[in-house]
This record gives sequence, structure tokens and C-alpha cells, in this order.
Amino acid sequence: MSAAATTLKGTQPAPTNEGLEKSRSPLVEALLRLRKNKTAIAGLIIILIFLCMALFAPWLAPHDPIKQSLYSKLKPPIWDAKGTWEYVLGTDDFGRDLLSRIIYGARISMVVGVVSVSISLFFGTIAGAFAGFYGGKIDNVIMRFMDLLLAFPSILLAIVIVAFLGPSLRNAMIAIGVVSIPRYARLVRGSVLEEYSKDYVQAARALGARDGRLIFLHILPNCLAPLIVQTTLGFASAILEAAALSFLGLGAQPPTPEWGAMLANGRALILRAWWAVTFPGLMILFSVLGFNLLGDGLRDALDPRLRD
Amino acid sequence: MLSFILRRTLALIPTVFGISVLVFFMIHLVPGDPAEMMLGERASEQALKEVREQLGLDKPLYVQYGRFLARLAKGDLGRALRTNEKITTEIADRFPATVELSIAAMIFAVTLGMLAGILSATRQYSVFDYSSMIFSLVGVSMPIFWLGLILMIIFSVHLGWLPLSGRLSYHIHIESITGLYILDSLLTLNWPALKDAVWHIIMPAFTLSTIPMAIIARITRSSMLEVLRQDYIRTAKAKGLAPRVVHYKHALKNALIPVITVIGLQFGILLGGAILTETIFAWPGIGLWLLNAVYARDFNAVQGGTMLIATTFVTINMLVDILYAWINPRIKVS
Repeated sequence: MSAAATTLKGTQPAPTNEGLEKSRSPLVEALLRLRKNKTAIAGLIIILIFLCMALFAPWLAPHDPIKQSLYSKLKPPIWDAKGTWEYVLGTDDFGRDLLSRIIYGARISMVVGVVSVSISLFFGTIAGAFAGFYGGKIDNVIMRFMDLLLAFPSILLAIVIVAFLGPSLRNAMIAIGVVSIPRYARLVRGSVLEEYSKDYVQAARALGARDGRLIFLHILPNCLAPLIVQTTLGFASAILEAAALSFLGLGAQPPTPEWGAMLANGRALILRAWWAVTFPGLMILFSVLGFNLLGDGLRDALDPRLRD
Repeated sequence: MLSFILRRTLALIPTVFGISVLVFFMIHLVPGDPAEMMLGERASEQALKEVREQLGLDKPLYVQYGRFLARLAKGDLGRALRTNEKITTEIADRFPATVELSIAAMIFAVTLGMLAGILSATRQYSVFDYSSMIFSLVGVSMPIFWLGLILMIIFSVHLGWLPLSGRLSYHIHIESITGLYILDSLLTLNWPALKDAVWHIIMPAFTLSTIPMAIIARITRSSMLEVLRQDYIRTAKAKGLAPRVVHYKHALKNALIPVITVIGLQFGILLGGAILTETIFAWPGIGLWLLNAVYARDFNAVQGGTMLIATTFVTINMLVDILYAWINPRIKVS
């Protein structure tokens, strides 16, 4: 007779949840821990909202974000006595709709995050993995170079790289990506060093696995937890730094609806149009906050040792 | 301790050398001819030639770097192409403004951040704890260039309490001794200047302090909570000591060790943040100067300024390491 049938008859106690929990994979465990973390869920919701704004910008935005209208210059938001439903968050000094520019701005910020983080993740992971795996001189050369990049305040290094490459959003993304490489390299190197001596790696090596296979198929998948956390937090700093560079005129160029560039434009209007400064800044703050909250939550869920 | 200081100081030499290599080669990131990039497409061949000579771009790479290094060793960073002034002189004129701003920001960050952290830890899960932790979460995500503008709108445009920008009002004069206006006005007993300088520094310093303040508050709270769970604290409480004595006399001293490291590291980060803050508030420091050099494509000045800021940054980090080892002798052993 099966256990289920016995239970139905009430002759044996029902199986407890303890047994089930033991069989859960570490990923499911981590997701369950994440689900209980309210701030992380708040972060995830914020990110999803921005992601929707980015994906559906053409359908959500009521106006063309770069279309100018001389008749609609500096219109205040809807709740102001002079505000209209046509421009819910008001307009800037070129008569462009702020709400539409903010919605399209989410698209740019997400792209900046993806591109910059991909650059630093790709090069940082390779550099860190090689340094940790091969050790010795290779480790020394790679890590000393990483230390060198860390010898500069990150925003300064990004500014200087853009200064020499020329101001543009593309170069800003490259600069932000390069500046963050050491964070990933250090993280991956540490994880690879920890994993390298473990039995499963030695077993794979004994079976004849080559270096590339060992690094990318065996070791790196086991270093994912801290990388996921760093990638999430990396999105936050990439968005913030890109906005800073655009604010300084070194990133996105007018009329691109980038939040930092919008702030730079609104700066000249602070005496006349507070809304031109307030809303783009709030978008930067909330998007960065969303990724920081989720990153903190993921850190607690995936690797409790890394907590403050 | 002496050997630790010596080792740590010697380790600075290859780092500074590496910085010089990186800063030197940055000019070769420029797509095309840097001289043409600096002077524009319409520049005469003669002018281009002069700039190439001045930058040493007409020489082989190793000669260029050798000359760059030789000049650095003599403390000469070359001349700013915009003004033809010595870069060291221009930096020396502006550096005190950045130092003063960073110190003021750090005073804000340390006092308010530590106070929030200590009170949060001693009143864990209270309304104050939750609100200060929400503040610190928002603080680390804050675009300070936006916060600066918002503070300007509130405190300068609407309330008129604080000056909009600058370091000193036009009608105020200070006899320069250290270059730090607040200190100089104190030394010369110039009270109107002191008031004016303090009024001007409040907003930029607070703006710059936001992120370090949030980080210090978080670290202080977690460090204090960890110490409060220790046996010796329980013993102190069991002896019947007043909570205030236990918190501030017994716990705080040990909780401060990690906080000091964080404070030191924030000082270096302030140098980066100063570029943004100085731009918003037209604060005549090294950050604004460097950015103007970037706008003017004055690569000579950009290289000089970057070299100086990066060297200051690693030196501060070294001093923090030494201070940390002095406070926590276990570091030296490891």
C-alpha cells in the first residue's frame, strides 16, 4: 500500500514540510528567502515599473519626446492652476512634454545599465577567472592593473575617459563599463580561488577536462551568487554615473531624452520651472533605489555571509 | 608599527607610478590627432605643430613618457593650454576650496551619520530606527547633482535663507593664510567673513555629505548592534550600569573600529563627488577646474589634475590603512 493511501486512512501521520524543504534546490531556497524580504520585493516592483516604461514607451508616452512646440513652453504640471491634461507633468523651455521624455528616459537608462554592466561583467569575469585560476604572474599582472583602476575615484576616471574619447552616450557607457571592471574581477577571482581547491574541480580535472571547460562550465556556475548581487547593484551605479555624466554634458547629448541631460537643461530653469528639475531627478533616484533594494535583498537571500 | 607604516608607504610608490602610466597613455585614447582635437579643425598647421611640441606628441612614445615622468619627479605638471599658467599653480589656488568643502562635508556626514547609526542601534526596531534606515537607503541612491538643485530651489529660491552659489559674497574680503576661508576668517578674527563663508558652505557640504552620511549611518548601526550582543556588554548591564554608560563608554569604542575605516574611505570618494557638487554650486575648487579643462579640451590640464586627484586619493587610503592598524593592532598581525 502506498504512503498516500495510508495517510488517507489516517493510520500514518501526513508527511511534514520539513522533508520537502530539504529537497529544495539552493535556488528555490534563495527565491523563497527573497520573497520574504519586503524591501527587495519593493525594489523588484520599482524595477518592473521602469522596465515596462522602457519596453512600452512608444505606447505609453502621450507625445513625441523630442518634438518642440513654441506655443507650449514651460507649461506647469496638471495640479498647478495653469496646468493642462495635455501635458500632465508640464513642458520644458522648448515646449517638449516632460512625461514623454521621462518615459523614454527609462528606455535609455535601462540600455545604459545593460550595456555598461555587460562590459564590466564580461571583462571583469574573464580577468578575475584567469587571475584566480592561473595564479602566479598572470594573477599579479591582472590584479595590479585592477588595483590601478581602483586608484581613481570612479566618477573621475569615467569623466577622464569620456574627455579623451569624446562626449557621447556610447562613450559614457564604455567609460562606466571600464570603471566597474575591477569590482567584478576581484569578486570572481575570490570566488574562483575558493572553488578551485574543491573536490568537484579536481575530479573534473582528473577526468581530463581542459582549463577552459573547468573555468567556464565547472567553476564559474558556482560563483554566480555574488555575481548576481554585484550585477544588480552595478545597474544602480551605472544608471547613476551615466546620469551624472550626461548632467555634466559628457554623456547623452541634446535632444536625447536622458534623465541626467534633462536635469542639466532644467538647471537653467530652476527659478522659473521647478518641474523641469524635479521629475527627472526623482526618476533617477527611484530607479537607482529599486536596483539597490533588490541588490541588498539578493545579497541577503543568496549569500547571507555578505550582509552588513 | 613603524615597519607597517614603512611597508605601506613603499607600496604607494608602484601605485603612483602605475597611475602616471595610465594618466600618460590616456591622451592616446583620443581618436585622431589630440592637437587637432584641442584646437579644432580650423587651426593653422603652425599652431598644431606648437601644441604637438608642447605636449611632446612629436617624439617617440618612450621619450614622451620619460619626459612626463621627469617633469612629475620635479613636481612640474606642465602648463594649462587655456591660460598658459603653470598647472601646479592653478591647482594650488583651487585645492584649498576642495579641501574645505570635503572637510565640511565630512563633518556633516560623521556627526549626523554616526548619531543616526548609534540612535538606531540603541533603539532597534523603533520608529526612529526605521526612518533613519529608510533615509540611509535613499541616501545611497541619491543623485547628489539633483539633490543640490532641489536644495537650491528650497533654501535659496523660495526661502532665501542660503546663498545660491559661490564661496564668498562679492563684498566680503578675506586675508588668505591657509586658503581655507573659514579657518582664515577665524585666524584674522574677521566675523562677517566667517558668517558669510559658513553660509556659503552649508548647502554644498550637505549635498556632498549625503552618500557618506548614509553609508556611515548604516555601518555604525550594524557595528554597534554587533557589539551590543557581546558578552562584556551583557556583563556591564548585569553590573547595573546605566544604559547610557554601557552604550557610550563600553560599546561605542569597539563599534567605532569599522566605522573609522569607512570614514577614511569616504574621504577619497568625496574627491570624486566634489566634481559634481562644485559644478552645481559654482564652487571654485579642483573639481570645477578639472571639468572646465575637460570642456576646453585642455588635455595637459586634465592629465595634471587627474594625476593629482588620484595621488591624493591613494595617499588618503594609505593613511586610513595606517590609522586603522594603529587603532586595531590585530590588522598588523594579519
